[in-house]
Amino acid sequence: MENKVKRNLPDDLMKELDLKPFETSKAGNPTVQRVAPKVRVTEGQNKVVDSLDDVIKNNLKDGVTISFHHHFRNGDFAFNTVMKKIIDMGYKDLTLAPSSLTGVMNDTVIEAIKKGVITNITSSGMRGSLGEFVSKGGLKNPVIFRSHGNRARSIEDGEIKIDVAFLGVPNADPAGNANGQEGDAVFGSLGYALMDAAYADKVVLLTDNIVSYPNTPASIKQDQVDYVVKVDKIGDPDKIGSGATRFTKDPKELKIAQMVNQVIVNSPYYKDGFSFQTGSGGAALAVTRYLRQAMIDDGIKASFAVGGITKPMCDLLEEGLINKLMDVQDFDKGSAASMAKNKNQQEIDASWYADPHNKGAVVNNLDVSILSALQIDTDFNVNVMTGSDGVIRGAVGGHQDSAAGAKMTIITAPLVRGRNATVVPKVETVVTPGESIDVLVTERGIAINPKRQDLIDTLSKVPGLKIVDIKDLQAQAEKQVGVPKPLEYTDRTVALVEYRDGTIIDAIKQVKD
Amino acid sequence: MEIKTIGVAGTLESSDIQIMISKGTNGVEIDLDSDVKKAYGDQINHVITETLNKYGIEDAKVKATDKGALDCVIKARTLAAAQRATETQDKPDLEVL
Repeated sequence: MENKVKRNLPDDLMKELDLKPFETSKAGNPTVQRVAPKVRVTEGQNKVVDSLDDVIKNNLKDGVTISFHHHFRNGDFAFNTVMKKIIDMGYKDLTLAPSSLTGVMNDTVIEAIKKGVITNITSSGMRGSLGEFVSKGGLKNPVIFRSHGNRARSIEDGEIKIDVAFLGVPNADPAGNANGQEGDAVFGSLGYALMDAAYADKVVLLTDNIVSYPNTPASIKQDQVDYVVKVDKIGDPDKIGSGATRFTKDPKELKIAQMVNQVIVNSPYYKDGFSFQTGSGGAALAVTRYLRQAMIDDGIKASFAVGGITKPMCDLLEEGLINKLMDVQDFDKGSAASMAKNKNQQEIDASWYADPHNKGAVVNNLDVSILSALQIDTDFNVNVMTGSDGVIRGAVGGHQDSAAGAKMTIITAPLVRGRNATVVPKVETVVTPGESIDVLVTERGIAINPKRQDLIDTLSKVPGLKIVDIKDLQAQAEKQVGVPKPLEYTDRTVALVEYRDGTIIDAIKQVKD
Repeated sequence: MEIKTIGVAGTLESSDIQIMISKGTNGVEIDLDSDVKKAYGDQINHVITETLNKYGIEDAKVKATDKGALDCVIKARTLAAAQRATETQDKPDLEVL
């Protein structure tokens, strides 16, 4: 069957898994039924245990769903510590449902798949050797990719039923009160893990730092926690996020950032109290810097910024240029450390951040969102999941959520990367539908979605802004790099990409060697 | 044009291609290493072969390590390597450019 973004979906799998094709980015007003976790009642003064083996033995059985968070990113020790034991103990047919998978987890996941320990995966994304392994058909059942908002929705309505959540934290008291803000391996917001803490049947904290009761601020609360496992070291602080964020010197990125800044300050949304989201890429960080200067010059302040938070955004908070940071995760050391000292840096969970099926997520209050793309096509559909070789090497992240919520979504991308065109006739994988994308900024010009005639009218009047048809950008890219030979795939589906409401927006096929 | 020695041109920097040409007997044989081989391998091989043929080289072994070079770069590096391999870099044949 074909969905609304003209992607061919595998009929057999759609039927077998009872899935519906993507229709629209509008969530509407459905009434949804949420689920609640099973609770094993304890008085729970002291939940500290030494033996992780016992915890696993007493709570895991074949076929259950386990989860982890990825706030430690490449400095994570929790995942490998737990998974290696699970592999050694010979469990089978587990479903792995982490908030995302980082590079440091790849080898262990591959080993677990090969040994039949993990047979199903749902994640925001995957990269490197694991992405390659899955793209080449290493996992029998298709991976389900979900955005951060969609994962929250799926957990709330029971599509993802977590039996045991293993959550690494840099501190916890003996009853299980924990946060991400103090200790050796500090990562700031626990945003994604808060869903697991609230909805998993069993919640296991792992920490190298047991503090006295009561531990505040308690992001994860004692009433949610079953066990606190003491480990030697929970994470490597140097690999959680880059230290000082370096300002890009790439002239192409700087030019794109300047153009994005021009688009924002000349848009109808740029006024006192506006709000925005940026990612962590070089161009996005540079936008923050240009925007800062514009805001100072124009005497304009932002009511909030949301998302993955970076140090430059914390600087704006401290300067008083942003009133609040709505923080679901921190991308660097500076922003992670900042949460402990800035009361206006509010920790938010993934549902509050981006869930399409709640009573209103923060992304819905967004004016401007600046997002990146591996590829964007002439219908403005964006791919952030597969490379130009068709191999999985990305993550949905909050891309779909932020694009759907923001009043103006800007995609930043260079026209070409090396010999690969970024603006293409048809993306390899649709992750975010073109209907939720408003503006594309490349170094060769700005393309505006035809459905936003208002923006075309406004921005065309700005001197120096080159507004072009997206088809012209695509033609320019093709002229530069040539026409690639179409990639070859087998018929086998290795992954399904869900839209935030759980419908299927695209299927990823196994690449031919 | 006779190949007298091994001719190398280009670097392993991003958007460049390194071409190494040595004697061959069986047409232009190319050993291509490229991240975009699936999408552009045929095109890269075609540009190298055509450039060599134009320079009067019918038989050669070519080792090409591509880092995402555009056609114009591939052509330039192939030509430079061909001149060095044929020891004609002092009197380049401008006609083929």
